[in-house]
Amino acid sequence: MVETRHCEQQTAMSWPCAGEGGRTGDWRSMKPVLDPAKCIAAKKDSIVCMLCWVFCPDNVITRTAPPEIDLEYCKGCGICMEVCPSQAITMVPENEGQPALNVEETGCDV
Amino acid sequence: MTSNPSAVSVITGNKAAAEAARLARVQVVAAYPITPQSQVVEALASYVETGLLNAEFITVESEHSAMGVCIGASIGGSRVFTASSANGLAYMCEQLSWAAGSRLPIVMGCANRAMSAPWNVLNDQQDAMSQRDQGWIQLYCRDNQEIFDTFLQAFRLAEEVHLPVMVCYDGFILSHTVMPVEIPTQEEVDAFLPPFQSSTIVDLADPRNINPVTLANPRGNVEGTLCHGYMEFRSMMQRAHVDALTAIDRIDEEFASQFGRRTGGTTRSYLLEDAEVVLMAAGSLASEATVAADFLREKGVAAGVLGLRSYRPFPVEKVVAQLKNARLVTVFDKSLSYGYGGPIFIDTQAALFASEKRPQMHSYIAGLGGRDIKARELADAAQSSLDWLNEDKGPKEAQWLNLQL
Repeated sequence: MVETRHCEQQTAMSWPCAGEGGRTGDWRSMKPVLDPAKCIAAKKDSIVCMLCWVFCPDNVITRTAPPEIDLEYCKGCGICMEVCPSQAITMVPENEGQPALNVEETGCDV
Repeated sequence: MTSNPSAVSVITGNKAAAEAARLARVQVVAAYPITPQSQVVEALASYVETGLLNAEFITVESEHSAMGVCIGASIGGSRVFTASSANGLAYMCEQLSWAAGSRLPIVMGCANRAMSAPWNVLNDQQDAMSQRDQGWIQLYCRDNQEIFDTFLQAFRLAEEVHLPVMVCYDGFILSHTVMPVEIPTQEEVDAFLPPFQSSTIVDLADPRNINPVTLANPRGNVEGTLCHGYMEFRSMMQRAHVDALTAIDRIDEEFASQFGRRTGGTTRSYLLEDAEVVLMAAGSLASEATVAADFLREKGVAAGVLGLRSYRPFPVEKVVAQLKNARLVTVFDKSLSYGYGGPIFIDTQAALFASEKRPQMHSYIAGLGGRDIKARELADAAQSSLDWLNEDKGPKEAQWLNLQL
């Protein structure tokens, strides 16, 4: 049996951290894929542009060259793709190239 | 500012509420006007304007916003106050559950008024009763002194058990009627009610997210400690409510030892010791029922009154202990759970079910939309229920008092 009382919280409360809002990556149906050949920061190997980092509502994109996307928490909203001036980011279906799931594999009790 | 010495003032219930909030040194007031509550916040606005009360008076565009402001201010560490009635309270509904779920010690006055439709501004208790399950403590007052005293106790209670408290008093019957009310000095109130210590500290050096999404199952926090899921928080809220029953009575005892008066805590009884017939009600009706009990006693009927002060939490053990030896309990509800019956009747009947010894119970619906209820009518109703019992007529349907249909 699990116990949760050690958190000693009387009301729901959390401290800012990655994944604070839950494993939001689970929500995703499309994932962003960054092409370094098109990304301005990657091509210049310098902290420039960074619009994807600025606009990511979940703060899952790093301020690096090239930017890295944490798919554990990226919820797949696609804003990075929209704001990218060089079309370096494309949204790709989550299970592209994978065989369609059947009932046994999902473990769902249908 | 020097405060006047403790004195008796002849004031309305609304003024008593405002005076209690002033002496409680509330720091933030946010409210929207609605009859019959408006005078409370009008008085508080003038106190703030004239420097009599050092508080922020925040004007808002609706009751929903008023409670939103109260929630924010309370989380920020302020002692907050608001008041509403009927449709205003209903408009606040969504925020009421946020206040309780956030375990904030907000104190609110509810000058009880009938819900529309049809439009009506007069008294019954449908407004507060309809908010029963939001997680707020609800206390009902019998007269203006009790309004004043209950508000002072409510701040102590709310801040101790971390639950919001709604202090309910009958619109117009109490809100607009003047009665003598003993007002203690600021020093006396300060001795009873220490400054508010917030449990939800907002600290810029330690930022936190209050009320993040909390789904069904417990989840690890940033340190890996497993934190409560939704059900755990709700279970703790229920426990706080049940524990509040003893806190309500204890705070009333402490109040009595300091001020020499008591509200009765969770219930207030009158001539119950040997009562064969008990009249039960909440609010001013419980006060009126004492006059009816006197009428019945004059006729040789051993009548008593159980005034319900705390509707949530419901004082099950105390109610059972005080009613189980009676032969008959007549419950007078000023509201209705449509499709079933009077809320106080339903709860009392359920509370008594587990008791081996229990009285017969008859339900009366009374005073909806301000329909006048005379003490004589309460006595006649109790007498007719007693006759019904004596004639062995079996179960009796709920009766609407003074219905002209």
